[in-house]
Amino acid sequence: MRIKLEKRPEPSRLMIFVTPLLSVLLTMIIGIIVFDAMGISGFKAVVDIFLTPLLQSYKWQDVAVKAAPLIIIALGLSIGNRAEVWNIGAEGQYIIGALCAAGVGIAAGTSGGILVIVAMILAGIAGGTAWASAPALLKTRFNVNEILSSLMLTYVALQVLGYLVGGPWKDPNGRNFPATAPLQPDQALPILFPGTTVHLGVLIALILPFVFWLIMARSVFGYQIRVVGSAPNAARHGGFDAKQTIWLSLLISGGMAGLAGALEFAGALKTINLGFPSGYGFTAIIVAFLGRLHPIGCLIAGIVLAVTYVGGQVAQTTVHIPNSTAGIFQAMMLFFILASDIFVRYRVRFVSSAKPSAAPVAGE
Amino acid sequence: MSIDFIIAAIITVVGLTTPILLAGLGELVVEKAGVLNLGVEGMMLMGAISGFGVTVMTFNPWLGVLGAAVGGSASSMIFAFLVLQLNSNQVATGLALTIFGTGLSSLIGLSFVGRIVAPFNTFFPASLARDPILKVFFGYSPLVYFALIMVPLVAWFLKSTRGGLILRAVGENDHSAHSLGYSVIGVRYAAIAFGGAMAGIGGAYFSMVITPMWAERMTAGRGWIALALVVFASWRTGRLLVGAYFFGILMALELYAKAAGFSFMPSQFWAAMPYLMTVIVLALISARKGAATNAPACLGKPFTA
Repeated sequence: MRIKLEKRPEPSRLMIFVTPLLSVLLTMIIGIIVFDAMGISGFKAVVDIFLTPLLQSYKWQDVAVKAAPLIIIALGLSIGNRAEVWNIGAEGQYIIGALCAAGVGIAAGTSGGILVIVAMILAGIAGGTAWASAPALLKTRFNVNEILSSLMLTYVALQVLGYLVGGPWKDPNGRNFPATAPLQPDQALPILFPGTTVHLGVLIALILPFVFWLIMARSVFGYQIRVVGSAPNAARHGGFDAKQTIWLSLLISGGMAGLAGALEFAGALKTINLGFPSGYGFTAIIVAFLGRLHPIGCLIAGIVLAVTYVGGQVAQTTVHIPNSTAGIFQAMMLFFILASDIFVRYRVRFVSSAKPSAAPVAGE
Repeated sequence: MSIDFIIAAIITVVGLTTPILLAGLGELVVEKAGVLNLGVEGMMLMGAISGFGVTVMTFNPWLGVLGAAVGGSASSMIFAFLVLQLNSNQVATGLALTIFGTGLSSLIGLSFVGRIVAPFNTFFPASLARDPILKVFFGYSPLVYFALIMVPLVAWFLKSTRGGLILRAVGENDHSAHSLGYSVIGVRYAAIAFGGAMAGIGGAYFSMVITPMWAERMTAGRGWIALALVVFASWRTGRLLVGAYFFGILMALELYAKAAGFSFMPSQFWAAMPYLMTVIVLALISARKGAATNAPACLGKPFTA
């Protein structure tokens, strides 16, 4: 038996939908096996990581709040990834977005209200966009690889954060702890359901995928992105400018990451300390791929990844596995989804390896 | 500036340079074969924990280095299988390897937190290694000499051996290499395995020489600097050595600026410096005419026979 690959004339639509589900399932199965081998109850661990957050309703708000930034960042990244523009510095743009929002909050002093909140959100978008414009400029002007430049700027953003929260923006009443002063109640995003932590950012994360879907499916811009990614030569002949695509991809993904940072700050945390960077910018890359670079896919995948974050914390207390385990599961999902791409693009055939002429003939 | 200060500074620079030089050399070979592996950071962390773990269990740092090479190489094989056998996207798969290596090394490392090994930092007899002047030549970890020997070895392999010629052919024109009867996939597997081993040893420099203990994410982004280094060097071995020391000096500046308490700039400015300089230097290098043409022609492209 030999495995033969036949290229499909069109990517399989069935496989595009089925493979993400299979990737999650396979990750769960391997998780059970690996944990059992480590002497931990694998079944319990996997149930806690993947199902408990969904089955216990009091965990839903945690999932929603964690999913919001992942979805918003992934929406922006999936645009760039479709056009083969790789912004892997979303974490830095997320940090800068949050810092810009915090700057507005500090400048506003004690005044609050809708205007301050809108200004914080806009400042976040502007900050993320500006941070992403550097890799865009470097790529289009000097041909610098955007993977490296966007990532290097993430490390710079971390230092900017460390400087601001430990220096000029340090809370004077914070017992010398490096953190900004907490937002006033009327400066924070409104809570959607009283008594929960579900803030306005969650609603924005629910609406934006549909907005992106419309843009990608209906506008010339969406068409441009899809053509540039799948057929760069055709795009050039069609008059689409590659540099323009690079600019738009990076600015949009940077703006989205900045928005996510602003919402996370103004909605969930209300202060920025050294622990603010939580790796959402990197995890969102997984979300984008698990969601097949589709806006609605990003919505669903964002929820799945948020479940593993919340579930990872559950499993930490129930079966005593370390926090980092969630990262392993997330990476495994990405490995499987990337590996399963082959089923989208190729038809797998099992063929007999024995050549007819080489087979011994009976009665010879 | 006293001679003592200069010697101490040189020793600091060499220590900071060695891990990125090791990982960069490995990645250079991988990219010469036409594969872009962004998982360097993950492989370094796997090497760091493997090397440390083996040293703790065997009390033998040489076995530890071997373990680091095996750890880095083994994790690179996941990447190799996906991109070579299943033609998955190299950028995304490399990123996945970094995330995976970060998580798995933390998980494995849990049982080694708080353990300490004897630092693997001398090779020559103490009369040379401890001498206040001569230690600038003889006072380093064996890994430093290993890295320095590997530079001409890799250059020689790539330039003057049959294997190196085949490897470059695979990276420049995979279809021609295939039609001449060379195994494109096989060569790339070997290159990725070598890259993983070198990144693993580079990572072990952190856990076995610098600290010497295990801490989560202890390579602190140096894997990405190693990747930038390969572009900086425009895929040339000699220039990789120069670039590695340039970055090493930048990182040393951060330490010295902090220690000297340069108050006209906050310490975070110096900490951000190597990363900012990387971007600026990449811009200077990449803007030059023909810089991109030196990249292996098949870099990052999947091969289908």
